[in-house]
Amino acid sequence: MELLLFIVRRFLRLVLTILIISTIIFFVIRVIPGDPALVVAGIDASDDDIQAIRVRLGTDVPVGVQYVRWLSDIVRFDFGESMISGASVNKLILERFPLTLTLAVLGIMLGIIVAIPLGVLSAVHRWSFWDYFGMVYSQMGMAIPSFWLGLILLLVFAVKIPLFPLFGSDSLKHLILPAIALGFARAAVILRLTRAAMVEELSREYIITARAKGLTDRMIRYKHALRNAMIAVVTITGIQFGYMLGGAIIVEQVFSLPGLGRLFLYAIYQRDFPLIQGGVVFIAIVFSLVNFAVDILYSVLNPKIRIS
Amino acid sequence: MLEIKNLNISFVQGEKEANALRGISLSLKRNEVHSLVGESGSGKTVTSTCIMGLLPTPPGRINSGQIILNNQDLLLLEEKDQRQIRGKEIAMVFQEPARYLNPTLKVGDQITEMLILHLGMSNIEAVDRALEILELVGLDGGKRILDSYPHELSGGMKQRIMIAIAISCNPAFLIADEPTTALDVTLQLQILNLMLSLKNTLDMGILFISHDLRVVHDISDWVSVIYAGRIVESTSRKELFTNPKHPYTRLLLESIPDADKRGQRLQTIPGKVPDAENIPGGCAFHTRCPIAEDICKTDLPETKEVGSDNSGTSHTAACHFIGKQWKN
Repeated sequence: MELLLFIVRRFLRLVLTILIISTIIFFVIRVIPGDPALVVAGIDASDDDIQAIRVRLGTDVPVGVQYVRWLSDIVRFDFGESMISGASVNKLILERFPLTLTLAVLGIMLGIIVAIPLGVLSAVHRWSFWDYFGMVYSQMGMAIPSFWLGLILLLVFAVKIPLFPLFGSDSLKHLILPAIALGFARAAVILRLTRAAMVEELSREYIITARAKGLTDRMIRYKHALRNAMIAVVTITGIQFGYMLGGAIIVEQVFSLPGLGRLFLYAIYQRDFPLIQGGVVFIAIVFSLVNFAVDILYSVLNPKIRIS
Repeated sequence: MLEIKNLNISFVQGEKEANALRGISLSLKRNEVHSLVGESGSGKTVTSTCIMGLLPTPPGRINSGQIILNNQDLLLLEEKDQRQIRGKEIAMVFQEPARYLNPTLKVGDQITEMLILHLGMSNIEAVDRALEILELVGLDGGKRILDSYPHELSGGMKQRIMIAIAISCNPAFLIADEPTTALDVTLQLQILNLMLSLKNTLDMGILFISHDLRVVHDISDWVSVIYAGRIVESTSRKELFTNPKHPYTRLLLESIPDADKRGQRLQTIPGKVPDAENIPGGCAFHTRCPIAEDICKTDLPETKEVGSDNSGTSHTAACHFIGKQWKN
């Protein structure tokens, strides 16, 4: 009951967040100097042409009307058509989204599978081989740019040792290398945080109680400390996941993957305003949904949060 | 009987060595409350941590001493065997239940996990036993309490849960490290009464660690006063409060606020407990002692029998000038 109430409250907050973000996007785009219609039409366009483009973009009516239209479009999840291809923005985004989603899921799985156990191991056996290994890994993970890692992965595992395909996105196998390139740095962040959280939890007073109870080290670490450490880990992992869902522009570029990142990148190149707007709102919605899911998971892990 | 013999513990960090306990001896009988009294930094917590086998080594180092339970020296046991003692034979209650309970585990789990581990109970048996224990510590609400998280309970209830955890395996001895300090006065009294009644029902020996002499007066059978890692005086509660011998004990007793002393200036002991790193030579208390003479700066006073009554109650103190008077 308490949990249900919490979920409802968080959901209302999610709706409010999306509303605020949409409003900000709307005004930011209007504040940017220059009439988009002029940009689209080019220098030689006639006044009639420009007016026609304004009608198409919906910028011919007063800002208030535009804002109401914008909100009603979002509620209906309708962002109009791409100015370049004429296809609906929805369709373009939803076509690309499965690839980005798969990539993000693979990337975050890599992060979880590698980083969380390594982080816990580092914290439990401080200054051991695993701890140093973890430190070296996280330093490298944060220092190595993903485009470089992507290129090296391609060179080694697709060209020299052809274990994986060089390009394409037809099967899961195509996504392994990009997922590694994408997840490598994320895993480094999760690793650092897991170690820090675990070290902190192991120094708390309730651990002394657990030891005074005569519990085994295994119980103390994994039943008592890890449970508390996971609260912070889940949060950071969720944020990393949301971040990856927005599309990984650089990795998609290196591996020539038709994901959201590339879609939005080209939309920006081509000043495809409806697609840019739709894209930003879409990312905001996805990010908010991930945060919503994290909040719920968080409250399951941390009973204290539900009442606050 | 739990016996601590001549326990000497240092903390070593690089070149620095801090002598935390300098030959502590005390014994704890079943169905007895033995209080260990002293100011912060005098070595009370180190003593309890060491009895529980929870002293981190390093930085801690046990230089000498024995902790004898059932004819075996706990200090010589392997970690695995020490775990069989912890919680099962000797349990512990801490000062701040809010910090010493796991915030993300239901209190039921925090009680039953010990029963399952130490007594080999099944889950269902453990829950039944946990419900009995809750009644024993005066918490009604049974299953609802077991299903609560610590933050859902009040401070007094949390301390009762802490005690429930400690007594769950019927330990012979309980170490209570300032268990009432974080509670308000009414709750203090309730918790003290609870501990006394549990001592009787469970035939349990309690080592009660405190700096609060009023609480010590209410609960103890026996009192040892600790100063800078040494026990300076040890005797029955009655004898200590009516006939204190060591100047430190006398000053401590004078510094208890009391309604009879209304209008008078509250007594304090000048100075503070020396750092374990820089314990003065001779009697460590000489820097604050009103009757100290030259010998106190050089010679460590022996612990000797100083009892004056003929009841046969042991009364030991470590001072060169037992009974010497001073002007206030």
